[in-house]
Amino acid sequence: MAGMTKTVDLTVDLGFLKLRNPVLAASGTFGYGLEFEPYLDLEKLGGFVVKGLYYGPREGNPPPRLVETAGGLINAIGLQGIGVEAFAAKVLPKLRRFDTAVIVNVCGADDDEYAAVVEFLDRQEGLAAYELNISCPNVKKEGACPALSPRATFDLVRRLKAASRRPLITKLSPNVTSIVEIAQAAEEAGTDAVALVNTFLAMAVDLETRRPKLGNVYGGLSGPAIKPIALRMVHQVASRLRVPVIGMGGIMTGADALEFLVAGAAAVEVGTASFVDPDAAVRVVAGIERWCEAHGVGAVREVVGTLELN
Amino acid sequence: MTIERNARLRDVQSWGDFFRFDIDAPAAGREARPGQFVMVKVAEGPDPLLRRPLGIHDAGRDGLELFFKVAGRGTEILSRKKPGDRLDLVGPLGRGFTVDGRMKGRTAYLVGGGRGIAPLYFLARALVAAGAKPVVFYGGRTAAEVPLRDKFERAGFEILASTDDGSLGFPGFVTELADREMAKAKPDIVYACGPDPMMKALAAGAAKRGVPCELSLESMMGCGIGACWGCVHRVKTEGGDGWVKICEEGPVFSGERVLWPE
Repeated sequence: MAGMTKTVDLTVDLGFLKLRNPVLAASGTFGYGLEFEPYLDLEKLGGFVVKGLYYGPREGNPPPRLVETAGGLINAIGLQGIGVEAFAAKVLPKLRRFDTAVIVNVCGADDDEYAAVVEFLDRQEGLAAYELNISCPNVKKEGACPALSPRATFDLVRRLKAASRRPLITKLSPNVTSIVEIAQAAEEAGTDAVALVNTFLAMAVDLETRRPKLGNVYGGLSGPAIKPIALRMVHQVASRLRVPVIGMGGIMTGADALEFLVAGAAAVEVGTASFVDPDAAVRVVAGIERWCEAHGVGAVREVVGTLELN
Repeated sequence: MTIERNARLRDVQSWGDFFRFDIDAPAAGREARPGQFVMVKVAEGPDPLLRRPLGIHDAGRDGLELFFKVAGRGTEILSRKKPGDRLDLVGPLGRGFTVDGRMKGRTAYLVGGGRGIAPLYFLARALVAAGAKPVVFYGGRTAAEVPLRDKFERAGFEILASTDDGSLGFPGFVTELADREMAKAKPDIVYACGPDPMMKALAAGAAKRGVPCELSLESMMGCGIGACWGCVHRVKTEGGDGWVKICEEGPVFSGERVLWPE
């Protein structure tokens, strides 16, 4: 009937977590969430993943920490942050006011620190899940992290799964020969979902000074430049895993997000786009809704994994 | 803090690589305080990807003015905008200079190098409104790099210019000129904006003479709103020292807080 719009059902069910819509704001690009309150309604998101937290405060890398590249951004922040105790005392009480899924990105210098972070957060209320950051390329020499090894991934995920009262999402690195192998290790260890991809280990050179443009020499590339590779990896992993896949990498629009869903992602994360437009994540939600309306899709979950191979 | 997606560019003025934009953005203009900045989108598409931080040159009920120098591809693209074009900006952002009633009757030295002059016009106006007496020091490499000199003069501000090549005003760095004047007549406060080496020299000079100073620091920024942690500078903190976000805790810092790399 003219003038009547059918409402699209945007909800998705990850099994362990029901989301209002499939769009999460990605860790490391959304601060602790509150920074974005002036620009968007946090309750219009599926949820958000707060910046990676170690147990204690962390100093981060010396600047320069950012360099812009063609269609992208290399960062080497080094996970500067306030630590879980300050997060629980100062930030979490404010986040609890919002009816949205708050996920904490969990970091550790070693397996014991990851366990300590989870153990501490398990005693706090108001969190939906943990995203295990086993894939930050900026905190150890040359991008070393647990996500580069199936064995290290398996051992850490199994230990944390046994210790945690909340669902675990394991965030994977693309800087590996076979991301499927790492994803399968995480699944075998009991992860509830995988999220991919973290940033691509990258560098930029200042030709005049012949020095690296980043203080940390190497950093992680994100933004539209990585989208095609991220999409391929999400498709490969989603084709082989039983647990849900959360896809990310260069999503700027609703159409970008839908491509990840079609390729097999059950939900997506919007990252670097939030730097460019503070309200990018809700614009992605609106874009998904408009596309579904225009294409007669009644529920967004119907598009998940619908890629038809030639 | 607002997102103005469709702010009309009213007027463009240019002097070589320097540009002044007059923008119809009343909400941002009313909210803006001297020393704050806006994040301006450069391209429609993903390249260049990031917004550029630009200091607010003046602001009021009908909008705001930006002053910038072409320093790379992003500002070059911006410089090609014409009156009537639309701009997408986020702001005003950051913590600006301290200007309040306590400045009544006080003398303030305002020191700007190159594009660093941008926020000092708005600041000078606010200081006059607060009953203070601003003296502006404006430095560039050549006479062509101090294009706003006439504007400050016309507005009735006392302004002293310097050029590195001696083609106009004091021959030498603006920090040397400001230091010479500080030796003659000590101001109550120094405000400054410019590149790091200039800020460092100025802070040292002010500290030596026991004059408080406020420095507006420059940095490349990923987001401008405190989310990316990319634009850090080392400052004294409660527990010692650490990296703090220029966009959030600054861009203006008390000079005594700011630490400089060896």
